[in-house]
Parts: sequence; structure tokens; C-alpha cells
Amino acid sequence: MIYRFTCIVCPLSCAIEVEVENGKVKEVRGCTCPRGEEWAIGEVTNPKRVIMSVVPVEGGALPTVSVKTAEPVPKEKIPELMKFLAKIKLKAPVEVGQVVAEWNGIKIVATRGA
Amino acid sequence: MFPRIPMLNYDLVVIGGGPAGMAAAIRAKELGLKVLLLDENDYLGGILPQCIHPGFGLHHFKEELTGPEFASRLAKKMVELGVEYRTAARVMEIKNYSDLEKVVIFTSPSGAYQVWTKAIIYTAGARERHAFEIGIVGDRVAGIYTAGEAQTLMDIYGIMPGREVVIVGSGDVGLIMARRFALEGAKVKAVIELMPYPGGLARNVMILRDFNIPLYLSHKVVEVRGSGRVERVKVVKVDENLREIPGSEFWISCDTLIISAGLVPSVKKLKKIGVEIDTATGGPVVNDRLETSVPGIFVAGNSLLINDLVDYVVEQGEVASEGAKEFIENGGIESRKWVKVEKGENVRLVVPHYLSGDRDVYLYLRVSRPMEEVELRIPEIGRKIKLPVVKPAEMLRIKLKAEEIQGEKLTVEVVKA
Repeated sequence: MIYRFTCIVCPLSCAIEVEVENGKVKEVRGCTCPRGEEWAIGEVTNPKRVIMSVVPVEGGALPTVSVKTAEPVPKEKIPELMKFLAKIKLKAPVEVGQVVAEWNGIKIVATRGA
Repeated sequence: MFPRIPMLNYDLVVIGGGPAGMAAAIRAKELGLKVLLLDENDYLGGILPQCIHPGFGLHHFKEELTGPEFASRLAKKMVELGVEYRTAARVMEIKNYSDLEKVVIFTSPSGAYQVWTKAIIYTAGARERHAFEIGIVGDRVAGIYTAGEAQTLMDIYGIMPGREVVIVGSGDVGLIMARRFALEGAKVKAVIELMPYPGGLARNVMILRDFNIPLYLSHKVVEVRGSGRVERVKVVKVDENLREIPGSEFWISCDTLIISAGLVPSVKKLKKIGVEIDTATGGPVVNDRLETSVPGIFVAGNSLLINDLVDYVVEQGEVASEGAKEFIENGGIESRKWVKVEKGENVRLVVPHYLSGDRDVYLYLRVSRPMEEVELRIPEIGRKIKLPVVKPAEMLRIKLKAEEIQGEKLTVEVVKA
């Protein structure tokens, strides 16, 4: 199986191909730097994303507080995380950077105050 | 002039409290100017507070922040420095009486005011192109939003605009909204892009793969149908000249149509006072202080040209402020023979338009079409920069040293290496 990516590590936007055989990375082609290679392998073996959402807040200037995960989350866990985030309700005051919840050891951080 | 309106006096008024305006006001205060920042929203930050995704500030703060975090850092700095600002302050009119006599009239919850000022930095951002501007016809139904409107609803007010979504335009905002809709459980049925290549940064195009969203390149939405609410949209394929191919139409059922068809600098109030506009950028023609053709009126951020990175917006705000300081102190920017920046091969736009040669300057430019293995050249001074790939979606920024800036004109071109 060959996976094709446009690298997003830097603006060079290399066209990378990762060849996977029997669940193992066999070859990475098209990278011009080791960071790109590392990223491409990660994309195939364990893709992760920082996830953002908003949660309702009572008593703030705006009706929601925006949040993010403090670290990238495995891609396949995202739907589960979103269900968890949908249940959070906060009360003002909330500071930017405040940890408002924790999910499977991953901190949920407020990115907009209230 | 307006005897019943309370009068305020400042050196500098900054119109718009997004990243460009906040950066300009901060820099102005640091430079010792008496500055007032006005914003029509209830909160500072412009569009940043609703851009809740990460990817901001890698250049300026050397770390990756979300939009609201970036905005709160600038807002905090403003408060620390004691920069005066007013939110819910809507500018009604700008009057330019003379070089050092300008008036900004604004309304606010506490009434109308006239601010007499020596210089103005205009950082009112951009507006989104809407459905009527891209030839979409059909029923007048609920469920049609610009990407920014949908973003405000979802990420400021916590309201889902719809459940089955078609997005017009694969620029950054469209792709980012595709992700937000998908994350929040909506079905994004398609992203429709007129051009044969995606419009957004590579990192945002990846969103489509993450959420299995089909991208239709060389397609356009031409018609919306529904009774009361969007029910379906008609999509048609276009040829290389962007003409519709007869017989290629198909329908997609959806309840929401999101228009992400690009931004246009908001310059109406500037046009009214005679500021010259560049048809390529949609923003004002400026010199290297980011001063417009009306002396003492400066511009930065998306009012100057549409940027992809907030870091450059901040940089422009700071440059404009330094220009305003010089303008106020010297009673104008000294007249001189400006070096004109001209567009050559595959350059769609370049800013600033006129360079003095007395300072280093950043040129911001976009190409017309994607190319690989190219050189960005300025033949007059023998400058050559190799670039592996250029795309219209990714703004190029190059630094010119003061001593390089000389002669009648400098031509910027992007050609095969």
C-alpha cells in the first residue's frame, strides 16, 4: 500500500510517498529533510491532531469558551473526544490557558476567556 | 465643524481592533504617541477570537497558538501599556481637512464623538464575497452563509448552522469550516472549487483527507433550490477557461451552503476620501511606510491586502505605526523620488507599491498560477531567489535591503529557473 501526502512541516510542500508492507513502513520517498520523513511515518502509523471546539459558559461576555487539547490526539479517538467535549459546561470566570477538563490523561485547555 | 458632537484629540486614531490594529496601537504607544483604537465589535481581536484552530503566531510569538490566544496576548499587551481603546465604536466617517488635521466620527453606546487627529491607521480588515458575487442563482432560502458567518455562529455563539453541508471554495476559511462542521457531527458532503487546484494552505487541504470530504476541483455551484430552507444545490464542471461544460450538471442534497469565495479589503471609507486603490489587491496603493495616496492615512492587515498569516498582519501594523510617528513628527513623509515596484511574469500582486530606499522593506506578493522550480527575480538589481514551488494560495514575502532599492523601478517576476 502506498500513501501519498503533501508535507506540511514547512512551506516546501514536498510530495511524499510512504510504502507500507505487512503493516510496516518499507520506504519513504520524496522527502527532502528528516523532519518530513518523521512526519510522514507518523501520518501512516499513528496520525494525531490537536482538536479544538467550543463549550458553553455561563456568565461570560460571550456564550462560549473555545478549548483545545493540550497535546495531539490519535485520529481515531477524535469522535469519542468530541462526545466528551459536548457534555462540558463551564461557569465564568475562565482564564485563557486554564485546564477546564481532562480526558484520558489529555488536558482540555481554554483558549478564550470568559 | 460638528459643534454638538463631543470632541476628542489624539495624535493617531487606529480604526479596527484586529491583529493589525492592536499591533499598530501597541507600537504607537511604545513610540510615545497619543493613540486611540476604535473597534465596532463588542470585543477586541477582529476575526481572531472565532479562529479557534491552532496555527497562529509561529513567526511572531515563536509558538503555535489558536486565534483567541493570539488575540488575548495582544490585548494583554495593550492593557499593560495603557493603550486607550473603545469597543462597540462604529466609525461613521473619516474627514481629511489637511495633512495634520483629520477627523474620525464614531458612534458608541455613550453617544457620538468626533476625534481630531494628525494621522489615521486604517485596519478594518476585509469582507467576505457572498453568493451573489459568484453567480449563484435560485431560491432565496435560509441556510446560506459565508464561511465567516458560520464561524461566528459556531465558534462565538455555539450555534450549529446546519447538518448537511456543501462548501463553495477550498480556501483556508472554507477548509477550516469543513473541519469544524465535521468535528461537530455535521455531514460535509462536498467542497466545490472553481480552480483546478485547491485554494488553501497544504496543512488545511489535509483536513479533507482527515474527514473523508470529497473535493470537486474545476466545479462550481450555480443554483440553490429549496422551500424555506436550502434543500439541494446544482453543481457544474468547468473547462480550463472556467466556462461551464454543458451536460455536466448534477445535484447535491444539503440543508446548508457555505460560501468561502475569498475576501475583499474593506476600503469604502478610504475611497470616499480619495485614497487610490490597486485593482489587483483591492486595497490601497501604498509606499513603504504603508501610507496611502492621502498623506497621513496609513493602512495595514487585510485592508491593505488579503494575508494568509496573522504574523505578517502584525508586522504591517507595526510598520504603519512607525510611518505614522515619522509623519506626525515631521509634518508629513518627506517628498522624494519613489522607486516604483512593478509586476512582472506570474506576479498577480505586490505590496508596497513605492519604495523610498531609506529603509529595509518587506515585499508581499502573490503569483497568478502555481509553478514549480522557479526563481523570483528582480532583474534591475540582479536579485534571484530559488523557490521549489509557488502557489497563489501562499503569499510570498521577501526582504529588500535599503541599499538594494534604487533606480526608477524594480520589477518582480517569477520565472522558470
